[in-house]
Amino acid sequence: MKKEITVTINGEAHTVEVEPRLLLVHLIREQLSMTGTHIGCDTSSCGACTILVDGKSIKSCTMLAIQADGKSIITVEGLATVEGLHPLQEGFKENHGLHCGFCTPGMMLRAVELLEKNPNPTEEEIRWGISGNLCRCTGYNNIVKAIQYAGAKIRGEELPSTEPEFV
Amino acid sequence: MIPAPFEYDAPATLDEAIALLEKHGDEAKILAGGHSLIPMMKLRFASPEHLIDINNIPGLSYIKEEDGYLKIGAMTRESELEESEIIRSKYPIFTDASKLIADPQVRNMGTIGGNIAHGDAANDHPAVMLALKAEVVATGPGGQRVIPIDEFFYGFYMTALQPNEILTEIRIPSVGAGTGNAYHKLERKVGDYATAGVAAQIAVDADGICTYAGIGLTNVNATPLRAARSEEALVGKKLTEETIAAAAQAASEDCNPSTDLRGSEEYKRSMVRVLVKRMINKATDRI
Ligand SMILES: Cc1cc2nc3c(=O)[nH]c(=O)nc-3n(C[C@H](O)[C@H](O)[C@H](O)COP(=O)(O)OP(=O)(O)OC[C@H]3O[C@@H](n4cnc5c(N)ncnc54)[C@H](O)[C@@H]3O)c2cc1C
Ligand code: FES
Ligand code: FES
Repeated sequence: MKKEITVTINGEAHTVEVEPRLLLVHLIREQLSMTGTHIGCDTSSCGACTILVDGKSIKSCTMLAIQADGKSIITVEGLATVEGLHPLQEGFKENHGLHCGFCTPGMMLRAVELLEKNPNPTEEEIRWGISGNLCRCTGYNNIVKAIQYAGAKIRGEELPSTEPEFV
Repeated sequence: MIPAPFEYDAPATLDEAIALLEKHGDEAKILAGGHSLIPMMKLRFASPEHLIDINNIPGLSYIKEEDGYLKIGAMTRESELEESEIIRSKYPIFTDASKLIADPQVRNMGTIGGNIAHGDAANDHPAVMLALKAEVVATGPGGQRVIPIDEFFYGFYMTALQPNEILTEIRIPSVGAGTGNAYHKLERKVGDYATAGVAAQIAVDADGICTYAGIGLTNVNATPLRAARSEEALVGKKLTEETIAAAAQAASEDCNPSTDLRGSEEYKRSMVRVLVKRMINKATDRI
């Protein structure tokens, strides 16, 4: 039996009818046509489907849409504002933090929570912090740099160099 | 992958949740963090007809010391354990375990109650509970009952919880002076279940004699396993290289690992021996 739920996504309230078994990621992608949230593994492992639910990063392939009733969600579509890119988006852009871009929305939303809880993480803390997000392209180094860049920007400090590092 | 259809309720009180369990019997399942249940439903390994979501019931998430116990509410998330000051300062074994359970997003959802109620020998909290000699509080239509952890795990995905009961609290006897604990699991990569895992809690008196030993093993038996002979090998003795080696040897003999993708039986026994030794030493160092 379908039930009516209301979820706020990127500030906009959506009232929809859902079957209890509908996964949150399918509500977002298919019913609400926001395809920035990706499905990589569909087995709770890769983190491509990561979004923020009431400020917490979660894997939307492993949550029922009906569980999000009354909650506030941020997806990648909600990161940029009229003023411009979110510091994480800028960090990924400036540091070549993405190649194909498939993992990127999930990476950035995970990093939003990471930086909120720990505004000045060490490299090790960043690597543990994104351990639930797989990237098949970058080798992670530039993702770490992108998050460090965003951290510096959010703290209002001088931005680290974005020159590529050849190793 | 999409789960089979089911009916869904999200009651606001424990009484309502228990009444729903009474009504639907074993057609119903509790939904806590959902991070064992939803993956199983997607794979159609589980297809409950009713889900009773207990996330809207207030008062099931807390970490407090009271009446000689550390009490943890069943709906406490792994991430809340990681961030708790009481846990960090006095029960580092949970910090060890939480850090190795899945990844940050899974830990934002997964609950300690679900981790134990799932009855999976591959989960990490059961071995920790064995080491700490915990008690589990189950709430049903007739009120609460307290189940010692040694009577909780019955078999593969089977626990002492009745279909009309909800696990509501975990009680751990408060640690006194002279006690230390530690957990480690060998994993192939982040987010993997243990190849083998060992939880240890050790207490020694002023003369260096071991007065308490709790040792639990992860994923090397059909159920979470207490290494009883290892504990006996330590209590009443000084912790020397020999006594620790004897305890480690006993655990490697008494576990029942199976050969699978994570390693051969022989390798796993060997890893149990190594980990028991290391965890006894780490727990002792933390005293
Ligand atoms: C990618 C991934 C990796 C993982 N890696 C690990 C790991 O390394 N180590 C580890 O220990 N776990 C791991 N897990 C499992 C995770 O920790 C689960 O969250 C946990 O096992 C179950 O807790 P839950 O709150 O999500 O329970 P749910 O999935 O909601 O429930 C699990 C079962 O317990 C029952 N149940 C739950 N709560 C109660 C209750 N209060 N009373 C009665 N019954 C209840 C449910 O009905 C269900 O049958 C992993 C999960 C994923 C998705
Ligand atoms: S699609 Fe959700 S974790 Fe991979
Ligand atoms: S940029 Fe391609 S998967 Fe990460």
